[in-house]
Amino acid sequence: MYIRPTSIDEAIGVLAGQGGRILAGGTDFFPSQGDRAVVGTVLDISAIDGLKGIRIEPDWIQIGARTTWSELIAAPLPSAFDALKAAAREVGGWQIQNLGTIAGNLCNASPAADGVPPLLALDASVELAGPNGRRILPLDQFILGPRRTALAADEMVVSILVPHPAPTARSHFVKLGARRYLVISIVMVAAELTLDDRGRVDRARIAVGSCSAVACRLPALERALVGVAADLGLADLVQADHLAPLRPIDDVRATALYRRDAALTLVGRALDACRTETARA
Amino acid sequence: MPDSATRLSFKLNGQSVEVGSAPITRLSNVLRDELGLTGTKIGCDAGDCGACTVLVDGAPACACLIAVGQVRGRVVTSIEGLPDASPSAAALQRAFLKHGAAQCGICTPGMLGTAAALLDRTPAPSETQVMDALGGVLCRCTGYRKIVDAILEVGGGPGCDVAASPAAGQAVGARIERLDGQRKVDGSEIFGADEVPADTVAVRAIRSPHHRARFRFGDLEEFVRRHPGVLRVFTAADIPGANCFGVIGPFADQPVFAVGETRFRGEAVALVAGEPSVLTALDLADFPVLWDELSPLVTMDEALAEAAPRLHDGRPGNILTRGRVARGDIDAGFVQAAVVVEGEFETGFVEHAYIEPEAGFARRVGDRLEIQACTQAPYMDRDDIARIMGLAVEAVRIIPTAVGGGFGSKLDLSIQPFVAIAAWHLGRPARMVYSRSESIMTTTKRHPAQMKVRIGAGRDGRLTAMEFAGDFNTGAYASWGPTVANRVPVHASGPYYFPSYRAETRAVHTHLVPAGAFRGFGVPQAAIAQEQLFDELADRLGIDRLDFRVQNALKVGVPTVTGQVFDAGVGIRACFEALRPRRDDARAEVQAFNARQTGSLRRGIGFAGMWYGCGNTSLPNPSTIRVGLRADGRITLHQGAVDIGQGSNTVITQICADALGAPLALFDLVSGDTDLSPDCGKTSASRQTFVSGKAAFLAGQALRRAILREANAGEDATLTFADGGVLVSEQGHRRALPLHDLIPDDRGYVLAAEETFDPPTSPLDADGQGEPYAVFGYGAHLAEIEVDTALGTVKVLRLTAAHDVGRAINPTLLEGQIEGGAAQGLGLALMEEFFPGRGENLHDYLIPTVGDMPPVTSILIEDAAPIGPFGAKGIGEQALIPTAPAILNAIYDATGARIRRAPATPDRVRAAIRALETAAPETEDTTNA
Repeated sequence: MYIRPTSIDEAIGVLAGQGGRILAGGTDFFPSQGDRAVVGTVLDISAIDGLKGIRIEPDWIQIGARTTWSELIAAPLPSAFDALKAAAREVGGWQIQNLGTIAGNLCNASPAADGVPPLLALDASVELAGPNGRRILPLDQFILGPRRTALAADEMVVSILVPHPAPTARSHFVKLGARRYLVISIVMVAAELTLDDRGRVDRARIAVGSCSAVACRLPALERALVGVAADLGLADLVQADHLAPLRPIDDVRATALYRRDAALTLVGRALDACRTETARA
Repeated sequence: MPDSATRLSFKLNGQSVEVGSAPITRLSNVLRDELGLTGTKIGCDAGDCGACTVLVDGAPACACLIAVGQVRGRVVTSIEGLPDASPSAAALQRAFLKHGAAQCGICTPGMLGTAAALLDRTPAPSETQVMDALGGVLCRCTGYRKIVDAILEVGGGPGCDVAASPAAGQAVGARIERLDGQRKVDGSEIFGADEVPADTVAVRAIRSPHHRARFRFGDLEEFVRRHPGVLRVFTAADIPGANCFGVIGPFADQPVFAVGETRFRGEAVALVAGEPSVLTALDLADFPVLWDELSPLVTMDEALAEAAPRLHDGRPGNILTRGRVARGDIDAGFVQAAVVVEGEFETGFVEHAYIEPEAGFARRVGDRLEIQACTQAPYMDRDDIARIMGLAVEAVRIIPTAVGGGFGSKLDLSIQPFVAIAAWHLGRPARMVYSRSESIMTTTKRHPAQMKVRIGAGRDGRLTAMEFAGDFNTGAYASWGPTVANRVPVHASGPYYFPSYRAETRAVHTHLVPAGAFRGFGVPQAAIAQEQLFDELADRLGIDRLDFRVQNALKVGVPTVTGQVFDAGVGIRACFEALRPRRDDARAEVQAFNARQTGSLRRGIGFAGMWYGCGNTSLPNPSTIRVGLRADGRITLHQGAVDIGQGSNTVITQICADALGAPLALFDLVSGDTDLSPDCGKTSASRQTFVSGKAAFLAGQALRRAILREANAGEDATLTFADGGVLVSEQGHRRALPLHDLIPDDRGYVLAAEETFDPPTSPLDADGQGEPYAVFGYGAHLAEIEVDTALGTVKVLRLTAAHDVGRAINPTLLEGQIEGGAAQGLGLALMEEFFPGRGENLHDYLIPTVGDMPPVTSILIEDAAPIGPFGAKGIGEQALIPTAPAILNAIYDATGARIRRAPATPDRVRAAIRALETAAPETEDTTNA
C-alpha cells in the first residue's frame, strides 16, 4: 500500500490508523531496502506542502522537515548556519542533496549523519506531530541511539527549530573521510563560536559525529572556552579530557584510537576556523 | 486521498507518459523495465554511484532513490531526451567523444546528465565547480580527468587534438575518437542488463550467509507449490554436465552449486526461477534451507596451520599452487652486498568495482544454447558452459554485450551458468542481473598479499641479490590464483637487473571469496614491496633514488630474472629519464613548500618503475582476426577482442586499416560473438593491442596480398579504397578492381583473410628460467602528494606517468588507460580494501571519486617491440602498477613514515607518523628524493 497525502493531518491519520513507513527523499529508504520488495504501507510525505520551506519566526528559525540539502544550501541564513550548509554540501553528491531531507537525516539516526553535529551546535530542537498534537524535543533527546529515535509510531517530524543565533556567531564544519566526496565520515566536527566585543569567547558549542553512538556535544570544553581571549587561537586549549563524551569504535573506516586523535585535531581546527571567520567579519 | 490503484503520469523527455508500475517502484526500474529506456544505468541501487542520474525538474537525482509516485506531474529527463532538454547536451556529447571521456560508457549517461545540469546553471564553471557537481557519480575507467576536461571545454575552456578522419595509411598514431563512442554518449549502447527477450523468466540465487557452512534443503517442491509464479528450483542435481568450472582447465574446481558444504560467503547452493514480477517480490529468507555454520579459515595463517582442515582434496596445506624463479647464487649475492634492506609488506582484498554489475540472459535455440552477457572472455565462457551443460562447444553461442568495466573479474563466469541451466530446462529465456552486493560478495577480487622481501646492493649502487617470498590469499577456489603465483616471481624484481634472485610464491586457499584476476595479476602488490625497498636501499647507499633505478634498469642485451634477453624494445630507462625534469622541479617545489610550513602539512614526491609481460605466461594465447572485403567496397573486420572500455574496437581497427592501406571510414565491425568472429582470446594480460592487434595486422596484410593477387599486381602496387571499389595503381597504370564480378563467399566477402598470431614464448624450467613473454611493457610514475600529518590524510596533487608503449596506436586512448589505471593505483594505495562479510556496497568499499584524482601528465615512450603490430605493446595493466608504490614512497618522502600495509588509510598513516614522533620526539628531518 502506497499513500501520498497532501496534508500533515492526513499523514498523521494514516500513521495513527494503519501505520506505515515514512518515505520522503528516499535516500535512506531505498538503500535500506536493498533488493527486497517493499512490503507494508508506505506513507510518502513528499506531496505535503506544509513540510516545506524555511521560515523566520519570532522565537526561532523553522526549517520544514522536507527541506532538502540543496534548498538549505541556497537559503539565505545567518552565518551561524554556515556549518550546517557546509555539512549539506557533504551529504552524498549533488544527486543526493537534491533529494535527501533534513528531517530524514535525523530520523535515520545514523551515528555518521552529516546533519546532526551542526544542528547540535545550533542547539536545534525537533518538532513532532502526532494524533495528540505537537511536541518539541531538543535534538539530543530526539536521537536516542543508532537507528533509534524518540519518534512514536504515530508521529512524524514536521520541522527543525533553531533558536536565533547571535548575529556575531560563526560556525564551521569539518568532515574527515578516506576520500573526497560521497563518503561516510570517520570523524565530523561542527563548532559555533560567539565572541564578545573584546574578542573573548561568549559562547561555544561544539559537536562531534561518528565518534559515538549518537553525535554529541562537548560541554566541558564549551565551558572551558567561555571568557577566553580568542586572538591567540583556541586549538591549543582543547585537551584530551574534553573528548570524554566520545566513545569511538573500530570499524572498516578507522580505528577508535585514530578517531579520538583526529577528533582532538579537528575540534581545534573548527574552533580556530570560527575565530578566523569572526575576525574577517 | 491518492492511492496506488490509479495509473500515474508525468512528463518524460518532452512527452507525457502514463505508467502502470506500482507507485513505490524505483523510477530507475520504471524507466528501464516499463518504458524500455535503458540509457539510465543501475550500478548500486543505493545512491552510491550516480549511474542512474536523471534530471527531475532539471535537477540531477538518482533515479534509484525516487519512487515513481513522487514524479507524478513532474518533468523527468533521461539520457535519451537530454539533447532536446538541455542546450549544453549536444556539445557535451561531442566533447566527451573528442576527449575520450567515455571509456566503457556505463557511467556516461549519469555524467552527461549531471554535466548538462551544471552547465545549464553555470555556463562557464570552474574546475572546482565541475568537480563538486560530478562528486556523486563514480567512474572506474577514466580517472575522471578527461571528463572534467570535456566539460570545461564546453564551458569555454581549452579544446583538445582529435584526428577527424585519417587518410588511408594514417590511422596508426592518430587521436581517433572511439569507433563505438557515439552509442556510449547517446545512451543506446547495450550492456549486460539492457535487453530482455520476450517471455523471459527471472532467476535468483540462494547463497550462503556464512564463510563456511554445511547445509541441507527442506521441501523444495513444496516451496515451489507455495509460491505461484515460481516455476522451479535448481540445484546441483539439475546440472546436465559437470558441476565444475574454472578459468584454468587443470585447476577448475568451482561448483555452480555447492554440494553439502559451502566454502565462502555468497556461494550459491540453489537457484529459484520464475515469472519476473514474482521473483522481484519474493522474499528469499523464506527459502527452505538449513545452515549449519562451520568454523572458517579466514586468514592465510589459519589456512597454512598444520591442523587446518583442507578446502580441496589434492591440495595439501591448502596450497593451490606455488611459483618460483631463481637465478644466480643468492647467498653469494647477499654476501657481496654492502647494504641489505628488508621488509614485510601486506595488501588486502581489492574489489574491481566496475559500475556495471554482472548481467545477461540465456536462451535455448533448438539444441543450442545462446548466452548474451557482459564478459571479457567469450570463447572461454563458451567452453566452460559447454562442459557444465554437457554440450559440444559448437552447441553454445556466447554473444558479448558492451561491458561496463571488467578489469579482470569478468573473465570468470558469474551469471552465465545460472541462466544457462534455467533456460535449458525451462525452454524459456532466463535472465539474471546481479545486485551490487551480490556482485561484490561473490565475484573475484585482487589477491591479498603477504610479502617478505630482502634486497642487497654493492657500495657502487649495483644490485646484487633479491629474495622474495609471497603468500597470496586465493580464497575458496582457484580462479586465476595459479596465474598470480606464476606471474609474481617473474615480475617481483621490477624492471631491473639482478645477478642473483629468488622469488617464491604460494596461492593459499581460505574460506573467503575467490581472488582472481585484477589488472596486474599480483604484480602491483609485489611492486609495492620492491619499489619501497628500492628507496630505502638508495637512501642507505646515499645514491639519488632516480639515479639508482636508472643505474640498475634493464636494457637491451641484459638478462631478466628468467634469463630472457631482448635485443630491442626495453624502454624503462627512457621512462625514468622522462620523469627527471618534473622530478627535479617537483623536488624543489616540495622543499620550498615544506620550508614555509608551520602547520601540519608536508609535501613529498615519490616514484616507482614497473614492467609487465604482455600475454599469457609461457602458455599459448593465440588471437585470430578475419577481415573481408565486400562487393560494395566496404570492409568488415571480425574484431573478437572484447572491448571493455579500453578501446580494442578502435585500436585493432586502426592497426588493420593501416596494414591493409584502407581508410578507417570503410570499416564495419563485427563483435566477439562466438558464432560470428574467430577467437581473439580473453581481454586480459594486456594482450589485445599486442596479440589481437598483431593478428589484425597480419590479416590486413593478407587481405592486401589477396587483392593484389586478384588484380595480378605486384607487392609495390598502390591500393586505393573507396566506397564502391578498389583502385589498383602500378607503374603508372590505374584500374578498378571489378569487385562485383567476384563471387562472394558465405559471409558475403568477395575477398577475405584470416590470420592468427600467437606470441612466441618458451616454457619456464623448475627455476623459472625461460622466455615467459614475447614482449614486456615498461613504465614509471611520479607522484606529488601532500600529507596532513596531524590527520594522516594524503592528497595526491599531481601524477606524471611515462610508459613505453612501443608504438602509440591511439594516444588519446592510451592516456585514457594510463589515467584510469593510475586512478585504480591511487585507490589501491590510499583507500581500497574489501573485508568479506562487511561492506558489500559502494559506500563502505571506497573507490576514488573525481575529487581524489589529480591531473595526470602522460608521457608516451615509443621503444618499438619488433614483434608487435607497428611495434606496439600492451598498456592495460602497466598503467596501474607503479602508482601505488610511487604514492607510498611519496608519503615517506613527506613524513618519514613507511607504510608497509596498503592501503595507506588515514588511520594507518597517522599511526605511522605517531610512531615516529614517539621514537624521535624532536623534529623529523626527511630527505626529499
